[in-house]
Amino acid sequence: MNLGDRLAALLERVYILLMKALEPPFAALQRVVGIKGMPYAFVLPNVVLFGLFIFVPVVLNVWYAFTGSNHLLIGERPGVGLDNFASLLDCKNYLDVNSCAQDRFWRAVHNTALFVVLQVSSMVVLSLIAALILNGRIVARGFFRAVFFFPVLLSPVVVALIWKWILQTDGLLNAVVVGFGGEKVAFLHDASWAFYWTIFVSVWAHMGFYTLILLAGLQAIPADLYEAAEMDGTSRTRVFRRITIPLLMPTLLVVLILSLIRSVQAFDEVFVLTGGGPGTATQYIVQYIYETAFANQVHLYGLAAAASILVAVVLMVLTLLQMRVNYHGDK
Amino acid sequence: MFNRRTLLAGAAALLVSAAALTQFSLPALADPTEVRVMWYSDGNEGDVMRDLLDRFEKANPDIKVTLDRVPYKTINEQLPTLLDSGQGPDMARVSDLGGLSRHYLDVRPMFKNPGYFDENYATTLPWLRPADGLAHGIYGVMTQMTLTIPIVNVTLFQQAGVPLPAAGATWADWVKATRAVAEKVKAPYPIAIDRSGHRIFGPSISMGAKVFDSKGQPAILDDGFKSMMQTLVTWHGDGTMSKALWGSVGGSSYRGANEEFGNGQVVMYFSGTWQFGQFAKSVGKNFEWQAVPEPCGPATCTGLPGGAALVPIKDTKHPKEVARILEWFGSEPVQAEFDARTLFLPANEAVAAKGVDYQTDDANVKKSLNVAVKELTKTAPLAFKLQGYENNRMVFNAVISRLNQAINGEMSLTDAYTRMQADVVEGLAAKGIKLQ
Repeated sequence: MNLGDRLAALLERVYILLMKALEPPFAALQRVVGIKGMPYAFVLPNVVLFGLFIFVPVVLNVWYAFTGSNHLLIGERPGVGLDNFASLLDCKNYLDVNSCAQDRFWRAVHNTALFVVLQVSSMVVLSLIAALILNGRIVARGFFRAVFFFPVLLSPVVVALIWKWILQTDGLLNAVVVGFGGEKVAFLHDASWAFYWTIFVSVWAHMGFYTLILLAGLQAIPADLYEAAEMDGTSRTRVFRRITIPLLMPTLLVVLILSLIRSVQAFDEVFVLTGGGPGTATQYIVQYIYETAFANQVHLYGLAAAASILVAVVLMVLTLLQMRVNYHGDK
Repeated sequence: MFNRRTLLAGAAALLVSAAALTQFSLPALADPTEVRVMWYSDGNEGDVMRDLLDRFEKANPDIKVTLDRVPYKTINEQLPTLLDSGQGPDMARVSDLGGLSRHYLDVRPMFKNPGYFDENYATTLPWLRPADGLAHGIYGVMTQMTLTIPIVNVTLFQQAGVPLPAAGATWADWVKATRAVAEKVKAPYPIAIDRSGHRIFGPSISMGAKVFDSKGQPAILDDGFKSMMQTLVTWHGDGTMSKALWGSVGGSSYRGANEEFGNGQVVMYFSGTWQFGQFAKSVGKNFEWQAVPEPCGPATCTGLPGGAALVPIKDTKHPKEVARILEWFGSEPVQAEFDARTLFLPANEAVAAKGVDYQTDDANVKKSLNVAVKELTKTAPLAFKLQGYENNRMVFNAVISRLNQAINGEMSLTDAYTRMQADVVEGLAAKGIKLQ
């Protein structure tokens, strides 16, 4: 027997021992819950974890949204009804944040809305272009597919720190600008620049994930359709409009919804990159919730909880939309 | 070979041994009581504290002190939530003295000699007393006194050939001098001020801000305060202060300019005495620096006192041990050594009266400490009152976040004032205080 065979035999013995060791407790469990109850018994630990770490906090969050004061413990918080929501929604003109009682909330909402529109559209377009290129016959295709995906593997903090180092006043990008005879630009300290750089960094960090999904969608399109179009002499633009886009549409919609949900939740990269500054130029809704609840000296847990529920409603609508798209896609 | 009985016996034996080791082992005789302290450091005080605690533990073998060293941001943002949830440490070093005071434990009944603390911490003990606390309670001990103070890069002044403004110089004199220096030596930051409400209230009081109304409630929007706010907006507009610093964070987040000062990029850095120890290390002999007297406004020439405190947390399960640590830490020899090694201003009045034998050969530090000690004696009483106000951090945060929005053009300064007031009212209301 060679080494490989001996190793395999050893592993098999360990496996058999393990299964024999597990047999008695599972047999006892089956005697208690019955054969039909066994699947529920296996699912129960996950359900308990889900309940403890997701469902219970959501219920508590709703409780916080209807209570006031800066106390954390539920028993010490007086009920305030809809006051938190009323405060958040108290605006003379929803398009003018300065007319709102909670102007920081509405600034965050406006910032997030603009961020979502710009970030998602550029993400989807750029991911599609990348997927189309990577689907073609290019040199070192495997290498480039990996390169596009690498940023997805990085921690958001690492991504933000890398780009902070590049974009800061004495950073790499300004060194290049100065090298070409230009003047330093306050990429992260000018409100407009900072806002667009947060979009760029977010797209750079996550594009690879959506490119991969679109690539899979492209590869699912039957090749004979393209062959038939080629034989018919169809132009590439027409092929793209009449074959690629319609057949890729379900995947495109999934990518759109997923990126929409993710962009509404933008926080980690932006928080490290700009801290929400300058001023509140890059403060998005999740950072507003965090700062209102935890970072400010007076912890307005109720207001933050109410804001998070409003965000959750938006995300729920997007999720239902995605489920509907998937349902129609399956049909 | 392996039948079911053997397997079960083996597994049972394993389980019993594991249980015996983890759950049912007999406790070692006289295990020391572990007291956890959450601690942040500006300079070397964590190392100094650990060394002092090692000696305390030798003298008190029934207590083991674990010093959990965390960033300042953790103390500011995470500790309050931990304390609210009852999951905090036994003790903590905090700078939001009044804001967290509802969590402190009164250790006076457990002290052997509480009168010593009444005598030698008379100024600062009230800063730690919660609003509903005992009038003579001892709720912690300051780890140091601090004073906000300008620190200048003397070398840059020398290189530029610009003389340092003398004591009594106004903020306008300093702006003129620092801008002249910055222009000549191409320094990017003529003046840098920590992005902190605590920092800007000293100059505001110098400009005539009264801060409180006749009932002792915050009434910040007076001419003196507005004058300083307008000055800060102007400075950010004309390049005296760079938006790169305050603009790099949002909300009420803190942003210091230590790194920029250490890199020789800042002509005058308005920060505080807690930086001396750090600069002794980080700047070393790279350039000459020193603290200078407080710039003057029309009303006075003051900084804002402050400091951090080592506080006992009322949820601690070891109140007696915590009291022993605190009484030890507040004693004269420990305070004298702590201040001497950390280069902090003394909070213990007996130590201050005798003078501290600072352990440094750094001439910059020695000069700066001399200046700071003198300036502390000239600090305005209103500045002490503001530092002792329980909700001062809430006022500071409201001011700095709205001021920053005005500086970045998100709103006018007039709108910023309205928002500052609204934020203060909202913050106090959340604490059950109605501003009249």
